[in-house]
Amino acid sequence: MFCNILIWFVIIPIVMMAGLGLCRGKSIGAIRAVMVVGSTALLGLAIWLCCEFLRLRGAGDASEMLFTGSWMWYAPFNIHLAVGVDGISVLMLLLSAVIVFAGTFASWKINPLPKNFFLWFCLLSTGVFGFFISIDIFTMFMFYEVALIPMYLLIGVWGTGRKEYSAMKLTLMLMGGSAFLMLGLLGIYWHSAPEGMPLTWNILEISHNSAIDPSWQNLLFCLTFVGFGVLGAMFPFHTWSPDGHACAPTAVSMLHAGVLMKLGGYGCFRIAIYLLPQAANELAWIFIILTGISIVYGAFSACVQTDLKYINAYSSVSHCGMVLFAILMLNTTAMTGAILQMLSHGLMTALFFALIGMIYGRTHTRDIRQMGGLMKIMPYLGVCYMIAGFASLGLPGLSGFVAEMTIFFGSFEDADLFHRCFVIAATCSIVITAVYILRVVGKLLLGPVQDDHHLALTDASWFERLSTVTLIVCIAGIGCFPNWINETIQFSFHPIIKAIEAAAL
Amino acid sequence: MDYSQFGAMRPELILLGIFLIVFLFDTFAGEKARKATTPLTLVLFGLGTVAMWILPDSFEGSVFGGMYVSTHTCVWIKNILNVGAFIVLLQSVKWIESPDDIVRKGEFYELLLVTLFGMYLMISARHFLLFVIGLEAASLPLAALAAFSKKKYESHEAAIKYIMTAVFSSAILMMGLSFVYGLSGGSLYFNDIALALASSSMSGLLLCALAFVLAGLGFKLSLVPFHLWTADVYQGAPTAVTSYLSVVSKGAAAFAFFVIFTQCFGAVYADAWEWMLYAVIIATITVGNLFAMRQKNMKRFMAFSSVSQAGYIMLGVIAGNAIGMASMLFYIFVYVVSNLGAFAVISSIENETGKLSMDDYRGLHKSNPWLSFAMTLAMFSLAGIPPFAGFFSKILIFTAATSTGSMALYMLVLIALINTIISLYYYLLVVKAMWISPDEPVIPAYRSACTERVALWLCVAGIVFFGLVSPIYQGIFNASVSDALAFFGMIH
Repeated sequence: MFCNILIWFVIIPIVMMAGLGLCRGKSIGAIRAVMVVGSTALLGLAIWLCCEFLRLRGAGDASEMLFTGSWMWYAPFNIHLAVGVDGISVLMLLLSAVIVFAGTFASWKINPLPKNFFLWFCLLSTGVFGFFISIDIFTMFMFYEVALIPMYLLIGVWGTGRKEYSAMKLTLMLMGGSAFLMLGLLGIYWHSAPEGMPLTWNILEISHNSAIDPSWQNLLFCLTFVGFGVLGAMFPFHTWSPDGHACAPTAVSMLHAGVLMKLGGYGCFRIAIYLLPQAANELAWIFIILTGISIVYGAFSACVQTDLKYINAYSSVSHCGMVLFAILMLNTTAMTGAILQMLSHGLMTALFFALIGMIYGRTHTRDIRQMGGLMKIMPYLGVCYMIAGFASLGLPGLSGFVAEMTIFFGSFEDADLFHRCFVIAATCSIVITAVYILRVVGKLLLGPVQDDHHLALTDASWFERLSTVTLIVCIAGIGCFPNWINETIQFSFHPIIKAIEAAAL
Repeated sequence: MDYSQFGAMRPELILLGIFLIVFLFDTFAGEKARKATTPLTLVLFGLGTVAMWILPDSFEGSVFGGMYVSTHTCVWIKNILNVGAFIVLLQSVKWIESPDDIVRKGEFYELLLVTLFGMYLMISARHFLLFVIGLEAASLPLAALAAFSKKKYESHEAAIKYIMTAVFSSAILMMGLSFVYGLSGGSLYFNDIALALASSSMSGLLLCALAFVLAGLGFKLSLVPFHLWTADVYQGAPTAVTSYLSVVSKGAAAFAFFVIFTQCFGAVYADAWEWMLYAVIIATITVGNLFAMRQKNMKRFMAFSSVSQAGYIMLGVIAGNAIGMASMLFYIFVYVVSNLGAFAVISSIENETGKLSMDDYRGLHKSNPWLSFAMTLAMFSLAGIPPFAGFFSKILIFTAATSTGSMALYMLVLIALINTIISLYYYLLVVKAMWISPDEPVIPAYRSACTERVALWLCVAGIVFFGLVSPIYQGIFNASVSDALAFFGMIH
């Protein structure tokens, strides 16, 4: 079992938790050491996995999932701890590792109770990594919920503002989504195999059997898509996102917007669409409408906010809507765009939240009306903010451009009026994005200094620089070498597209 | 008479032995030696629990003309109840040794062991006569236990309420049984009733009989609408007794409920009681949750939470098959450790400071981090959060309920799942009070008694490992499957 490299993505955070458990609450040095060593190990493991994956693919290994392993857990229900990755999960693991790494440094000076903070933080990362390596829907769901619950305490204890309200709202809404999801997964399990064959939770086997009755598919598709859609901030289930993100501490916002929301997109893609292709063909239009609304509505909402975190949270609603929107187009190009958008949004929103946290830590306000001219005072943070902003509005050379272009090209492939209208509406969101990003940059970084106390503020410290540089390098990397991503994920869509085409016949 | 038949009743004999030793010791030992009653009971009962757990099943089948059976699942549920009772004994030590109650500690142990003995009979009975004897032996001493805090007004109120409802529900149950007796052509053996019902058609009398039996047992399980006694009795009774009522007594009743409804009345599942139980489950889960949200007293809070949990346990009954039995037993087991974990904290704090309000738990993590940590785990487990045991028990019971493939049961599971979110809300309120509230702690830092800590550690270990370690469920599942083939008239 321990020979499988993927398992280590779960073991390392658990070991980190054990290590933190041994530290004394006051010895901040030891706690930081555990976190730095652990998150570096995770990042190294993710990079190594990526290289190894590309090497195997290059050597002609065309199987759907690599590094697979499966261990029986609950035999009566055929529940396995089954792991395996394709190109998409490899990239998601890499993204998570980068953000956990950056998040560790962004919460370098967390106060109070640093030990408990990092304990829950590690539990959250266990859930995230476990989710991406699982190919058994039971364990996938388990890790999904493991990732959700620490949010309550992380926001409730270490958050700011109306933290108790937001923490409760976020937890209950996400758990509510997972209630629907659970029912959908149970339905999938009880219909996973034709009469006489053993039932299974394994994604590959379910897809191979393709035994789910069409009349059940529609119901299960709605349940699972809504279940994951809540986490993907799909309209009208997005309202947890602005409140939750605004009140969360920096590293938690980063991890949540950067990675956790991707769980939603990944789950829709891997379970709702892949396992229920027939229903996906039939019912995609409902969710295209909803996600279309997310995209435009999120962007407009961001325009009128004055709190930096709210602006970014609504922009996340818009960008994550784009991910689900592209997945629902059910063609290779758009789905490639969706994956690129997940990576791009994950990195840039993490960068945004890290920067907002750093600015807030200095100015003690997040209201853009009370700030101005910060570029002169803290040029490093200012430039980083601009880079994040440009990535968000899709400047070529940064990740946002590549992702959004691919999505719109792919979405335009569907030639009927319905799809065209929604794609055009979604494309308009780029303009709106430019409006709110440039508004913030103008107010916050340029113009006169609003508050004389701000003149005494210092620029980024070394750990803040490390955190931001990591993220910027990745954003520019995707923007300049998107082909590398493309190579990694290109085989991953074949089985899904094949299932959809088979179902359409 | 063939006395070797008593050999089949090994769990009962062990328990009876422990009871007799404790009773004789408590009666005849001198004033000084009597101090040893508590350790003696704990050690004997602990050894008995372990012995019953590890000794292989010596016997499987029925004795005394089919009145008493010993099956794999019976052994499992008895072991589970033993674990629960042992933890209750551990957490009650400090309270029972306190000056107000010390004179009567022997009686406390004796009454508790007698009720457990009654539950054993309820579990193994395959004749309603034996079942009723067991039921009464399990109920009446509990009223005495509820009145145990002699100087507290609430304790007496609780005892009166409990005895009134217990007697009332017994009367209703007997009424139902007399109807059943008529319908079955003059037999109270479970098998005879099942045979008679299989060949007869539906009648108003049968519906009445089922409704009365459901109501009678529903009182014991505090299913809605038969739950009205629960909150007051739980609040008034001494905390050790409350925790005993909420897990051990409930677990035994749930198992008996399963056996009676699937074995006796299995033939009229779809015609009659599936829909009764369906409505009762929805009412139980929802009402329990809605009332729990507004409670400020921790014991009342746990009362309504346990009403709602009983609804989840009943999901296993409505599935009515081997998977349902296995998932229900596992659910009860996990519920025992989770609920007792919460009660261990509550009773420890009550014994130390007398505080019982949720507001008193504010900022608890600053003064007692370990207690609040254990309480958090218990709350998460009760709410069904992974990786704790409660998550697995919930999912497995949902899997069982959907296993019949009926659309109606999918709807039921959806309602139960939505209720899980409501329950998460109020369980998180406790977590919020302990961890998030900025207030200074009301409860000062203190070191809880050794026995309390052992009880808490047992519960925490159960909460963490029962779900992750699958052989427990596997063992229960194998037992259920083999029993389903040999003993129960399973429905599906």
